Amino acid sequence: MTPVIAARGLTKTFGDLTAVDGIDFEVPAGESFGLLGPNGAGKSTTMRMVGAVSSRTAGDLRVLGLDPDAHGPEIRSQLGVVPQEDNLDPELKVRENLIVYGRYFGIPKAVCAKRADELLAFAQLEDKARNKVDDLSGGMKRRLTIARALINEPRILMLDEPTTGLDPQARHVLWDRLFRLKERGTTLVLTTHYMDEAEQLCDRLVVVDHGRIMAEGSPSQLIRQYASREVAELRFGSDRNADAAARLEGLAERIEVLPDRVLLYTDDGEALLERVTDLGLHPTTSLVRRSSLEDVFLRLTGRSLIE
Amino acid sequence: MSAGALPRRLGWWYVAEHTWRAMRAYAWTIVMEGIGQPLVYLLGIGLGLAAFIEVSVADGADGPVTYLQFVAPALLASSAVGITMGEFTYVVMSGFKWRRLYWGMNASPVQPQQIVGGIVFAVVVRMLLTTAAYYVLIVAFGAVVDPWTGALMPLVGTLGGLAFGLPLLAYAASITEDKGQFAMVQRFVFTPLFLFSGTFYPLDTMPVWLQWIGWLSPLWHATEIGRSLSYGSPPGAWPVGVHLAILLVMATTGWVLARRVFVRRLRG
Ligand SMILES: Nc1ncnc2c1ncn2[C@@H]1O[C@H](COP(=O)(O)OP(=O)(O)OP(=O)(O)O)[C@@H](O)[C@H]1O
Ligand SMILES: [Mg+2]
Repeated sequence: MTPVIAARGLTKTFGDLTAVDGIDFEVPAGESFGLLGPNGAGKSTTMRMVGAVSSRTAGDLRVLGLDPDAHGPEIRSQLGVVPQEDNLDPELKVRENLIVYGRYFGIPKAVCAKRADELLAFAQLEDKARNKVDDLSGGMKRRLTIARALINEPRILMLDEPTTGLDPQARHVLWDRLFRLKERGTTLVLTTHYMDEAEQLCDRLVVVDHGRIMAEGSPSQLIRQYASREVAELRFGSDRNADAAARLEGLAERIEVLPDRVLLYTDDGEALLERVTDLGLHPTTSLVRRSSLEDVFLRLTGRSLIE
Repeated sequence: MSAGALPRRLGWWYVAEHTWRAMRAYAWTIVMEGIGQPLVYLLGIGLGLAAFIEVSVADGADGPVTYLQFVAPALLASSAVGITMGEFTYVVMSGFKWRRLYWGMNASPVQPQQIVGGIVFAVVVRMLLTTAAYYVLIVAFGAVVDPWTGALMPLVGTLGGLAFGLPLLAYAASITEDKGQFAMVQRFVFTPLFLFSGTFYPLDTMPVWLQWIGWLSPLWHATEIGRSLSYGSPPGAWPVGVHLAILLVMATTGWVLARRVFVRRLRG
């Protein structure tokens, strides 16, 4: 089966700046695919090219089998887009926002109205239908934007940082909605700089940095490949972390020294903690956790995802 | 029908629909500007200024006309120009920068050229309705000598509005930082044009070194056409065809630029 998105050597430059630097990826239908990367990695720029609103500088791109440069309207009519920054119309009521947006796809008003009601139910916003958009919380606005992106029954739903800036509870509500879409077989393409989000929602992801793909795989594959099973996080106090790390050399598969803590990668964190104590080192705090995509990112780039 | 075929044809219409819906939020301002403002001017000038100015300031093809008849075509045209001072400035900047509505439209099948087309179409309709209301009022005040030919004034006023507004639209769409540019346009472009475009006295009564403002002013050209529709041009005036050609050139230039700016900005 041909993939719904296929990018080869996809590149975008703005003057001297190379925002997307020759990336290759494919997304098969029904997959939930993620771009994980820090600020400025080129995630939104990639999304805009796939969304057929920004032309590529070089490389090849096919979306739903079509070239975005030649078939923008055909492609966009089959996409749902949740942009990084909301652009709902605050002058219109919640339900009106859906209907007006549906019109842009050439959908008759009556059909828009029917779908709007279904989507409001899906987004858990039924009792807000007649409110002004400005009355909604951040999480509700995001859900409304997702509902709006579904008004044309898209074949691909693209979400650019769907939960950035939301509180934990609002994020979980949103994840739950997205998970339902995924279960229904909607193809999702999302960007995020939250590793937990990527772990929750993505079947497969690429880690991007400086416009390049650093690694690709499912969250668990990536963790297995680039990190150990567990991590021990030790804090010795900011000026003593580096000294302590030097003495810990050899205890773990790999050691990362961050300004505020030392990370020790190992398969058995508790055993490692005991050996640390045996060495006569006494961290002020210590904890053992499972490795995450954060650790993968640190390994690949030497930096944390969220500064 | 293939995906996206309908928006390819009608995208501009959907944008216009949305723009009208948004205008509802300030419908009251629109009505006040369309009816209240002309009433104030007509009463003020008709009952006050005109009674005071006893000598005729201008001639038509058949001799002197009243002051109100002289001023009315200018007021009508300036109402169309005035609409663009809102619709083609802050509203456009907001669409790109604050509310970001244009980015939402842009992600749909609708093309940037259709977005700008729909906005302009919606505003043209508003200008036609406003100038038509103005026309009814000035006829009621006896400020139109020949109401039959004068009935074309709303079209001419709207063309004047576009000749001024479309270049302004292109400028507004190109602004990324709000540094009070529109207040400057209001102060140093719109107001001088309103005052120096032969609005309240004939342009040729001004010193020649100020008359060029009128020659460059869409408002003056639209007003002169309106006057000749109402009471005929006095001998020696510029031919109507020249005024019309200038307005068309200004509007077309603005339109081409505005489309270019929208495409560049939305498809960066
Ligand atoms: N229209 C543009 N003109 C010039 N430079 C741009 C433009 N859009 C993006 N860039 C630059 O390209 C780089 C990648 O930006 P992009 O928005 O794609 O990153 P991102 O991964 O989405 O980051 P974030 O997490 O902050 O949203 C950045 O350095 C950005 O400043
Ligand atoms: Mg981004």
